Parts: sequence; C-alpha cells; structure tokens
Amino acid sequence: MAFINLKSKIIQVKIVYYGPGRGGKTTNLEYIYRKFHQRIKSEMVTVKTHGDRTLFFDFLPFDIGVINGYQIKIQLYTVPGQVKYNATRRLVLRGVDGIVFVADAMAVRREKNIQSLKNLQENLASYKKNLQTIPWVIQYNKMDLVEQGIPIMAVELLEHDLNRQLKRPSFAASALKGTNVVATLKKIISLTVASIRKELL
Amino acid sequence: MSYTLDQKQLDRIEDILKADLIDNGVRCVFLIDMAGNIVTNLDNGEKQHDIYSLAALAAGNFGAVSAMAKIIGENEFSLLFHKGKKENIHFNKISSEFLLITIFGNDISLGFLRLKVSESVDQLKGILEPLTSGHM
Repeated sequence: MAFINLKSKIIQVKIVYYGPGRGGKTTNLEYIYRKFHQRIKSEMVTVKTHGDRTLFFDFLPFDIGVINGYQIKIQLYTVPGQVKYNATRRLVLRGVDGIVFVADAMAVRREKNIQSLKNLQENLASYKKNLQTIPWVIQYNKMDLVEQGIPIMAVELLEHDLNRQLKRPSFAASALKGTNVVATLKKIISLTVASIRKELL
Repeated sequence: MSYTLDQKQLDRIEDILKADLIDNGVRCVFLIDMAGNIVTNLDNGEKQHDIYSLAALAAGNFGAVSAMAKIIGENEFSLLFHKGKKENIHFNKISSEFLLITIFGNDISLGFLRLKVSESVDQLKGILEPLTSGHM
C-alpha cells in the first residue's frame, strides 16, 4: 500500500521482484543499482545466506523525480525464490503496490516458473489481493544463454505457460547483461503510479 | 490500495513524538507501516541514518519475529528490543498496520523508554486507526 505524505509531498511505492530461485531477481536490482547509482543515495541492502542466495530480501530505494508536484520514491524489493522460504516471501509481499515476475527462460526451469506464479497468487490472496487487479509485468530472463547453447524456452511457450490469460506486458531480458532490465522497471513504475493516481482521483 | 495523511495529522503526530520521546532524550524515532514505508521520522539532530533502509529492515524484522511468535504459540512478543554498546533499538506495534521504532542511548533506561513509548502509542492510535480500518 503506497503511502502519500501530503505534508512533504512524497509518495512511497513498493515494487516487489518475484519468481523462482536463481531466476535473476537480485541480478535485476544489482544492474539497476549500478546503472543509476548516482541517483540512488543509499546502499543496496541485502540479507543473504552464506551461499549468496537471498535469505530475506534485497532492498533498493529509488527516486524517480516529481510527478504532479509529488516526489515519487520507489522501493524495490526482491523475495527469496527458494520454495522453503515461503514465510519470508509472504512477509515481503505485505503492502506491495506492483510486481515484476522474473521467470527463468531456461528449459529445465519450466515447472519452477509455473509453481512460483501459483505461489505468488496464493500469497497475494493472503493479503486479499490478486493478479487480476494488482499492477504487474513479466520478465523472461536469461535469454542471453542461448548464445552459449543452453536450451531456452521460446517466448511463445513462456507466454503460453505464464501469461495466457492475463496478457500482462512481458519482456525478453538478460538481467546479467542489462537487456530490457530498465524497460521492465519503467513499465512497472508507470503501471503502478498510474494505478495509485487512479485510486486517488 | 493507498492511504494518505495530511499536514494537520502529520503535525499532530510529530508533536506527540517530539514531546514524549525526543524531548526526553531519545535520539531518533520512526513511525513506519508494515510495508516498510516511513510515515514520519524525527531525530535530535546528532546523527543521520539511512532511514529508508532502516524502515525496510525494521518492518521485515518485525514481521519475522511475529511469525516466530505464532509458530511457538504466542500471539505476539510484548518486548522487542536490541541492545548495543552505545545505541539501542526498540520496536512497538501501534496497530496491525503501524510500528513505532525508537533509537536511544544508554542514558535512558529501558523502563522509562517503554513508559514514554506507550504514552505516545495511545495517542497515535487515535490518529492512525481510522486510516486503515477495514481496507488493508
């Protein structure tokens, strides 16, 4: 739930990167942090295990400037993707305003993507939210692996598995190389801010 | 789902926090929501912290501790407090959606701080509870 401060004219918006483990959610945030570090005043916060996997969340605050006289502060979070961390995943989703679902395009991860999207729906339901109404987009990550001969699912197959009914904006991306990372971010910010504006009017 | 606080409400909240906490020697106080957004923050001017990161971690920490309480059969833990050498941090739930966090030094006793926090919380409830009842 976004918080609108009428005194300081600041709107705080929470965007969560969700998806299966090792799908590239943290890599998305790391790329954004590197690319825009002049605009990001604080350090990226990560709560990791020894094995460098996200344990709790990564957090990156991001100012996008002024819209209609309000300064917009975007708070980017990732969730831990591993199945066993569902309790912490649900905590991070609390008060979410917009979601980027980062799917893993590697052929071997097909089932994991479907399970993770189902898990997202279940966790949203615990906050009385759903994918039909919340702003969200899909990113098909790791498209660059095709160059290394690793079997990658075609976008059509990913769309069929994950986006057949809801038809959300989707991006074929490489978080590691930065391909479409910013496009994904811009899209979710614009959808989320538009939804908050609609709610206010 | 969003919520809004106007200038009058925020001024009132800041007056309460200043009179009860900052004027009594607390270094820094944050009012945040459970999503990790900062509603307001005040300090005594001595130190600047990375408040947005602190708020995100505090909301996460509070959520994790509450979940632990439920697993062992407690509804919630009544005292949430981390003690450092020089700085201490105390968490107090205001309602299901808001949390008050204070950072204070060793010159204030925990008992006194809890008393003052609890006085603030009683007053803040009147402002914050109507905001979120029903729709969050």
